[in-house]
Amino acid sequence: MKNLIFIIFALFMITNSNAQNGYKIGDQASGFSLKNIDGSMVSLTDYASSKGVIVVFTCNHCPFAKAYENRIIELHNIYAEKGVPVVAINPNDPKEVPEDSFDEMKKRAKEKSFPFKYIFDETQATAKTYGATRTPHVYLLKNVGGTFHITYIGAIDDNHSDAENVKEKYLEDAVNALLNNTKPTTEMTKAIGCSIKWKK
Amino acid sequence: MVIPHIMNAQNKIEVYNFEQLEKEWTVSGDSVVIVNFWATWCKPCVEELPEFEKLNKWISGKKAKLLLVSLDFPKQLKTSLIPFVKQKKLQSKVVLLDGGNPNNWIDRVSTDWSGAIPATLIISQSKNFKEFKEKQCSFEEIKSIIHSLLE
Repeated sequence: MKNLIFIIFALFMITNSNAQNGYKIGDQASGFSLKNIDGSMVSLTDYASSKGVIVVFTCNHCPFAKAYENRIIELHNIYAEKGVPVVAINPNDPKEVPEDSFDEMKKRAKEKSFPFKYIFDETQATAKTYGATRTPHVYLLKNVGGTFHITYIGAIDDNHSDAENVKEKYLEDAVNALLNNTKPTTEMTKAIGCSIKWKK
Repeated sequence: MVIPHIMNAQNKIEVYNFEQLEKEWTVSGDSVVIVNFWATWCKPCVEELPEFEKLNKWISGKKAKLLLVSLDFPKQLKTSLIPFVKQKKLQSKVVLLDGGNPNNWIDRVSTDWSGAIPATLIISQSKNFKEFKEKQCSFEEIKSIIHSLLE
């Protein structure tokens, strides 16, 4: 019996230490309410009638985030009208990166005519809850009878530096799967990105 | 007249694919290998570079090698990376990784890596040791890890 308890304890420790913080595939996403660049508040509950939401943790300063700006705009333009809009969240501490301040977010959104909401995770609580570590870092949420569930986590595609040479459109494939009510072929991917600049 | 080189900073930086990079630690014998992933535009990475320069000096003559693996965009090798390495007079070995789809190789560095940089891998094949850090590191921190591996 003692041995059994020890084994259970050991297994618990192993699984616990390996567990990545934040959401996993299938988890229910909790709500957020964050300030958009136009001053209004954006909540997950605003999307109750959407089929899903593409949540992208991104920012102004990171070259990987910049490299994906046009692709994120394009994704929103294609999928918002199909019921899966993009919501971009900047989780960075402007004290660490002044280029990622709320005012700079407004500027960048204007320059690039962002068609999607660009909201500021000032307390960084949303990024922490999701388990985001880098920018860009994508979470695809599927609306299942009023609650949102994670169906894809990771990269937008397989080629950050060259949009022309993308072979695997991971996120797009996952959104199409969501719309077809199937599971995405690839549910999790990893990508290089800028570490989220946490408050010190 | 021959103008002597004032510094050893590299004028030419090798571009590795992932297989070439992986060999740095899979074929490393009894050497300790420290691989730091960084980029010129990554603020915390640039902040920790002096720590790795210190480490580079410290491991000189020891059975250890340090590699600074830049994840700058390959097309910016000449415009960003080489000028940066020259300007900072980096003495550590710098290579540029042009590894293709990161989803295919991030886990081969470490399954603990989410893909954010800075990140550092410390490996000793002969001691069956592997440690991975997805954060900024200090010289003292790395030194304390590899110290026992060098004995």
